[in-house]
Amino acid sequence: MTEVLDKPASPTNLLDPARSFQGLIMTLQRFWAEQGCVILQPYDMEVGAGTFHPATTLRALGPKPWKAAYVQPSRRPKDGRYGENPNRLQHYYQFQVILKPSPRDLQTLYLRSLAAIGVDLKLHDIRFVEDDWESPTLGAWGLGWECWCDGMEVSQFTYFQQVAGVECAPVAGELTYGLERLAMYVQGVESVFDLNFNGREGDEKVTYGDVFRQAEQEYSRFNFEAADVALLARHFRDAEAECKALLTAGEAGERALIVLPAYDQCLKASHLFNLLDARGVISVTERQSYILRVRELAKACGAAWLKTRAGGAED
Amino acid sequence: MPDLLLELFSEEIPARMQAQAADDLKRLVTEALAEKGLSYEGAASFATPRRLALHVAGLPARQPDLREEKKGPRVGSPEAAVQGFLKSAGLASLAEAKIEVDPKKKTEFYLAVVERKGQASLDVLAEILPAVIKRFPWPKSMRWGAASVSPEALRWVRPLHAIVATFGPETEDPEIVAFAVGGIEASDVTFGHRFMAPGPIRVRRFDDYAPALEKAKVVLDPARRRDIILHDLRDLAFAQGLDLIEDAALLEEVAGLVEWPVVLIGEFDAGFLDIPPEVIRATIRANQKCFVLTDAATGKLANKFALVANIDAPDGGRAIAAGNARVVRARLSDAKFFWETDLKVQLVDRLQKLEAVTFHEKLGTQRARIDRLVALARTLAPQVGADPELAARAALLAKADLPSEMVGEFPELQGLMGRYYAAAQGEPPEVAAAIGDHYKPQGQTDRVPAAPVTIAVALADKIDILTGFWAIDEKPTGSKDPYALRRAALGVIAIILENGLRLRLLDILASHKKIVDDDLRKLQLERARSEGGDSRAMTGQVGPNTVPAELLGFFADRLKIYLRERGARHDLIDAVFALPGQDDLTLILRRVEALGAFLATEDGANLLAGYRRAANILRAEEKKFGADEAASYEQPFAPSLLTEPEELALAGALAPNGAEPPWAAAIRDEDFEAAMKALAQLRAPVDAFFEKVTVNVPDSALRLNRLRLLAGLRRAVNGVADFSSIAG
Repeated sequence: MTEVLDKPASPTNLLDPARSFQGLIMTLQRFWAEQGCVILQPYDMEVGAGTFHPATTLRALGPKPWKAAYVQPSRRPKDGRYGENPNRLQHYYQFQVILKPSPRDLQTLYLRSLAAIGVDLKLHDIRFVEDDWESPTLGAWGLGWECWCDGMEVSQFTYFQQVAGVECAPVAGELTYGLERLAMYVQGVESVFDLNFNGREGDEKVTYGDVFRQAEQEYSRFNFEAADVALLARHFRDAEAECKALLTAGEAGERALIVLPAYDQCLKASHLFNLLDARGVISVTERQSYILRVRELAKACGAAWLKTRAGGAED
Repeated sequence: MPDLLLELFSEEIPARMQAQAADDLKRLVTEALAEKGLSYEGAASFATPRRLALHVAGLPARQPDLREEKKGPRVGSPEAAVQGFLKSAGLASLAEAKIEVDPKKKTEFYLAVVERKGQASLDVLAEILPAVIKRFPWPKSMRWGAASVSPEALRWVRPLHAIVATFGPETEDPEIVAFAVGGIEASDVTFGHRFMAPGPIRVRRFDDYAPALEKAKVVLDPARRRDIILHDLRDLAFAQGLDLIEDAALLEEVAGLVEWPVVLIGEFDAGFLDIPPEVIRATIRANQKCFVLTDAATGKLANKFALVANIDAPDGGRAIAAGNARVVRARLSDAKFFWETDLKVQLVDRLQKLEAVTFHEKLGTQRARIDRLVALARTLAPQVGADPELAARAALLAKADLPSEMVGEFPELQGLMGRYYAAAQGEPPEVAAAIGDHYKPQGQTDRVPAAPVTIAVALADKIDILTGFWAIDEKPTGSKDPYALRRAALGVIAIILENGLRLRLLDILASHKKIVDDDLRKLQLERARSEGGDSRAMTGQVGPNTVPAELLGFFADRLKIYLRERGARHDLIDAVFALPGQDDLTLILRRVEALGAFLATEDGANLLAGYRRAANILRAEEKKFGADEAASYEQPFAPSLLTEPEELALAGALAPNGAEPPWAAAIRDEDFEAAMKALAQLRAPVDAFFEKVTVNVPDSALRLNRLRLLAGLRRAVNGVADFSSIAG
């Protein structure tokens, strides 16, 4: 057994970000940890984007400084293609960074993170192209860019101005990396399913397709065909009612005591709406009303968050 | 004379805002300078993705001194008046005022002489510049960083990082204009290209600023960046036997995305050329902001594209071009997938989807609208020389591409995709063409449909929109026209006039209004039923009956604009529209043209003058004696009471021997030139009448008869055109 112990278990370049999907993630985590971020793990609920994680949505509110980075699986039921499209997935990963207040050198930090994952900034054409971000369901907006690498959008860069209907004071800077796209770029593959996940070759190689293709197929069936519409609609109403009930139950004068659980219900409602939308049962006018209902929940949670300690309320 | 150099260095400014921002910067600073009494010789402003720059040349070093005299009260005035004067003039006591003598009144009064020394321009600038920056009119602005806790924090389009502000004459080192905004101190340090020369650059004035930037890989002037891009695009294309498809809007945009433009050519698989070229172009343009190229020999789209990078890469741009090509490939794969998927669905089978698509909340679904289009296109077809069945088929399918994948992705391809799908699915060529062009014309420069089936559908599309929105009272107001109804009306006018169509618009509008009303009623009944309303109370409201006439008035207004845009006489439209039953635009235009030509002749101008004289006399009398009297002027004159030869002549010209006047027949034959010629015959008798005959004679019977003769003249002329509404 001794020979195993004194040899490294694997060559370090297995974690080369240009070689494995997990290497890319770990490099980003290490980079942002070095900038003083807390490295969180994904939120344990279905969300449409990393922004929905309470570490971004709620922590963006209130005066307290906050730095965090994390991977967040994001679900977009409508984007499912039964695992047939090389670029579209109904479940994918975002790498999310939030820095409050936004540091003066945020653009430079972002560019250094690209260099860290192997993008040679002298050789490639990196561009900041106007793209103002707005989330009608979150009652949030900000100004920023799509970040392009040789014509491909690899990240979103946003200065939050408002979240959950509340003005951000101070403003947080948010970076969202599309991990699969970025990995496809640095690995030089044409299909997301061909991404090398673990950095091994031959028999030991595990691809993104090995991990996720079956899930894409099954969830596409679920999202587009099998999801029980009546059940989803009922769950939506339940989540909506529960969110409001929890906020009411947590009211304690100047303080709010049950905000995070209420926000979970808001996330649920949002995802249920996305599922209903994918099933194609929401008309244009209904769509608007669903969005407004989720926004009301988000706003109520945001307002309540400001009455908590993490939201800046005085003891 | 000293110069000002101002640069505001920030994170990337959206391309679409740069030109306006550069203009605003120049305007705001020069206006503020003028307000402070500082003249200048010239000003120019520039924008790149990361900076706004302003150069103001030939400013004076100081403001001019101001000397102002303030006249005060008379010597010996009450104390209150004296105190008020001292206060307003800023004097401590009367000892500081002069005493002067009023040369007229010979009294003595106080005079205050207030002198203000001009401030140094440097100080004035230190006051002006921060104010301009703080109230800069960005269309959207933001807060950032720790300072954003305060709602008073500086707002800018994206975080502002540095300010250069120097002022001084050519021969000396300029000074820094001392001010700070949002915690940023003005200085003389800027930065070069983000990747190629990111270091600080110390600048003195504009003359060395622009070259220093150029050395640091920043082309300051957007016009020069556009030139460089356009020339390089053409040269690179030419070298490969290709032609550039020029695109001014895209050029403007990409010039706002780079500080150092580098044009590169990329390639995609020739297999993608099976996709319609418009789709390839839209894909590459919208997603990648790249230009497409055609084969110079065949004129067909080539499997190459041109991109504009922001960096001179050591590998000559190979990696960049390859990266862009990969993205283009992925996008074209999507487009190809959409194209092939769409082709598999028959257009007619897509109609069902449109049952679930609301066209407008109060007007029902797209599907219901299609049925109206079919009915209207079928009605219009025989009047525009089209086969009614083909017109109906084209109207049925015209909107069927809306639920297709491709149009979902690129809404600007609506119509065009329908044409491709129709052609591929074996629809008759007239039907495919009508689907493709029925949105036309979309603007003044757009092609106007000329094929009969296309005309029928294009007219039906626009007339239905207009009738529908008028029926639910959603008309354009002021600058608000969210449904582009003005454009729709202009489209109808252009199609009718350019094709010389003879359509009775009022009839068409009235009959289509009934169809719209039916749909409105149905919709309201359905709604009431689904809401469980009382079925007895369900009458269903429909649009007012005045809609066709109101719409015709709207067409008249648009026709004026249409003619004005073409440099034709639009002020005569009212004169023709005032006549009863005018709804045939082609005829109206011919009448207007004949009238315009007539009024340009001496006969015409004189007849107009004579008409006005007659009308003025009648109006004066009608005003004096009231409505009953006025009505009696409209009775026929009595030939027996005509005495003077001139009035006999005029009466004869108006109604030769009791027969109908010659212009009446010409108008009936739609020969307006002949009508005008006939009308011209009136000029001599009218002139002679006014020269020789007095209307207001003491004999009241004679006077009344002459007024009736003039009223007859007024009626006759107004039968050709309402001369009273001709301006000038």
